Amino acid sequence: MRLAILDRGHRLRTRALFVLIRIVSRQPVLDAVKVALYRPDFYRAGPLTQEAMRGPSEWSVGDRELMAAYVSKVNSCQFCVAAHSATSSLWYGDDAKVAATLSNLETAPIDEPLRATLRMLGTLTREQHIDEEDIRAALAAGVTPQQIRDALAVAFAFNITDRLADVFGFEVAGQAAMMAGARHLLRRGYG
Amino acid sequence: MSSGSWSRADPMSPAIPRDGLAANMTDIGRLHDALVRRALDGDGEAPRPLRRAAYDLHGLDEPLRTLVDKTAYHAYMVTDDDIASVRSAGLTEDQIFEIVVCAAIGQATRQYESGLKALRAVAAD
Repeated sequence: MRLAILDRGHRLRTRALFVLIRIVSRQPVLDAVKVALYRPDFYRAGPLTQEAMRGPSEWSVGDRELMAAYVSKVNSCQFCVAAHSATSSLWYGDDAKVAATLSNLETAPIDEPLRATLRMLGTLTREQHIDEEDIRAALAAGVTPQQIRDALAVAFAFNITDRLADVFGFEVAGQAAMMAGARHLLRRGYG
Repeated sequence: MSSGSWSRADPMSPAIPRDGLAANMTDIGRLHDALVRRALDGDGEAPRPLRRAAYDLHGLDEPLRTLVDKTAYHAYMVTDDDIASVRSAGLTEDQIFEIVVCAAIGQATRQYESGLKALRAVAAD
């Protein structure tokens, strides 16, 4: 991590929690967790991310994790691609579907509304904005306005997280640690 | 699997109706406002005008301008040298942390709002 405070600057009780996580999970604490718990009075995206990723929605948890992975791929954020493709794969019970979506959205074995939504989020993330044409294309594929709103919230959360991950230099941990993180996100969420 | 956990087998929390009637996220606007307010107006080491400038991508001098622009437009290209440059300019790690957070939230907010605006325009047709 590029800022030492994000590795070692936490409050005493947060540092104690990190020790506990290392003992219980027998894995290192992921950099995403370190940043999420650094100065929460200043930066606390957990409640918003929790609502976007686990709040009531017509999108499944797996779909939203796939959106997070896809947005992260467009942002070239390796840490978040690894974390959220693992989480999405675990939820779907289908690694191949997630890998295919990240490899080629147009040929991936997913429903058309999800494909159209990912396409829209990809444009938003790449171009920094979308317009009415992008929205109409999603609606024409059967996506509801509320699903669009929910998907935009997911993209918002990850367009913040991806940037922090890359600027602060999150390290992609070993596969066992990333899988432990994915299991935690499915069990406990982001709160 | 414990009750209320999120899993493939039990994707919906018992607290959430399955009929779809209440299947809407409700708090994003309020949570977004709180996130932005804490970063821009909350207690911090970086002066508030500097945090606001990073959020708006406007009015920053080098070397901060490069770091903030990269954060907004191609964060994956940020290097150790970009961070070293702002450190050499006298910023503390906490100030750098705050400024980068503000830049990230600002750009993600502009993206998000462009999507909501386009959706509202289509709905108004």
